[in-house]
Amino acid sequence: MNIDSIQNGIVIDHIRSGGAMQLYQLLGLDSLDCPVAIIKNAPSDKMGRKDIIKIDSAQPLNLDVLGFVDPDATINVIRDCALVEKKHAGLPERIRDVLRCRNPRCITSVEPDLPQVFQLANRETKTYRCIYCEAKAEK
Amino acid sequence: MRHLIDIRDLSEREIADLLDLADDIVANREAYREVCKYKKLATLFFEPSTRTRLSFEAAMYELGGQVLGFSEAASSSASKGESVADTIRVVGCYADIIAMRHPKEGAPMVGAMHSTVPIINAGDGGHNHPTQTLTDLMTIRREKGRLSDFTIGLCGDLKFGRTVHSLIAALSRYENVKFVLISPEELKVPSYIKKDILAEQGLPYVQTTELTDVMPQLDVLYMTRVQRERFFNEEDYLRLKDSYILTPEKLRGAKADLTILHPLPRVNEIDTAIDADPRACYFRQALNGKFVRMALIMTLLGLTKEGQA
Ligand SMILES: [Zn+2]
Repeated sequence: MNIDSIQNGIVIDHIRSGGAMQLYQLLGLDSLDCPVAIIKNAPSDKMGRKDIIKIDSAQPLNLDVLGFVDPDATINVIRDCALVEKKHAGLPERIRDVLRCRNPRCITSVEPDLPQVFQLANRETKTYRCIYCEAKAEK
Repeated sequence: MRHLIDIRDLSEREIADLLDLADDIVANREAYREVCKYKKLATLFFEPSTRTRLSFEAAMYELGGQVLGFSEAASSSASKGESVADTIRVVGCYADIIAMRHPKEGAPMVGAMHSTVPIINAGDGGHNHPTQTLTDLMTIRREKGRLSDFTIGLCGDLKFGRTVHSLIAALSRYENVKFVLISPEELKVPSYIKKDILAEQGLPYVQTTELTDVMPQLDVLYMTRVQRERFFNEEDYLRLKDSYILTPEKLRGAKADLTILHPLPRVNEIDTAIDADPRACYFRQALNGKFVRMALIMTLLGLTKEGQA
């Protein structure tokens, strides 16, 4: 894989420096069998340093959690080597099976097979709450 | 399928209808004696709470229905590792409606997601206890004749007291309710309640550590228990506990028509000398709890005095 150019896929740019590995986990990229490149501490005019993730696959990806974890990151969609779309991740109404509730009194702490669902409670403060116990989602 | 998991599941209209029905039950008890004949309520108490369970059971018996269930996790299949979802699916085969108490927050909601019969949350950890809130609302409405235009003092443990949090949330929807929050520094109302409920809706509130100072303004005084285990050290507890005990002396400056409430059980936070005072409403409050649960069971089952709704 040429990490500078990909044919079809997604480049997640402007990830806050040090954040790429967490996103790699949360986005479930470890389960993909396409080429994935993580670039850490790339120089950036705006941010000083930033991380970048490049995913060389035309398969659609669920990037819902990105808007919660790193709302400043940009998503660049590449088709036939050309940039066709550049956007920020939005805030989905619900984030499903990505984050775990950390409230030890939550029913999910004793029934780990329950779907882990967080609902957007406040768009301004980007607050998500566990649908069961209403604990705030933590990054 | 309607459930009651959180007091916020109910609109103002629905709360008014429930309280109207509860009032009618009080006035015409005979008329409701067979409304739930041949219906069964399951009380699934994964943690013991005798008071709440008895209130639900008395409510169902008084409607002519029957009751089955368990009163602690050890006597349920949960002790064998069964999930809430499975327990609810099975009990739904036997009962027409379920009242469920569970030590884990959100468990009744999980139950509701898998239930074929209505679920009532009878308390989930420190999270929700909507039938307590309905009881409080019913009592305030019966004593005051309204749910708007009054000043309520909430006194004691305002940090961990979930009944206080739900009551604030429920009352915040009515017109011109002023809140006076009385507690030691250590047990103040959590900031999210102040930010998300009171400030968000521009509701007037006062915070204080002195009960006696604010007593003359109050129309309703809601007392809660200050528990020893909430304090870091015994010294703080001993220093503070007496300031939040209601005594005849502290009542001296109070209005003649003050309504004194307490979710019970009380330990020592209301002097028993006050029990005979006509302003002491906490035992009537416990009685109202049964009536409002009767109204709730009927409503969730779609039953009226005349039969099926
Ligand atoms: Zn939770």
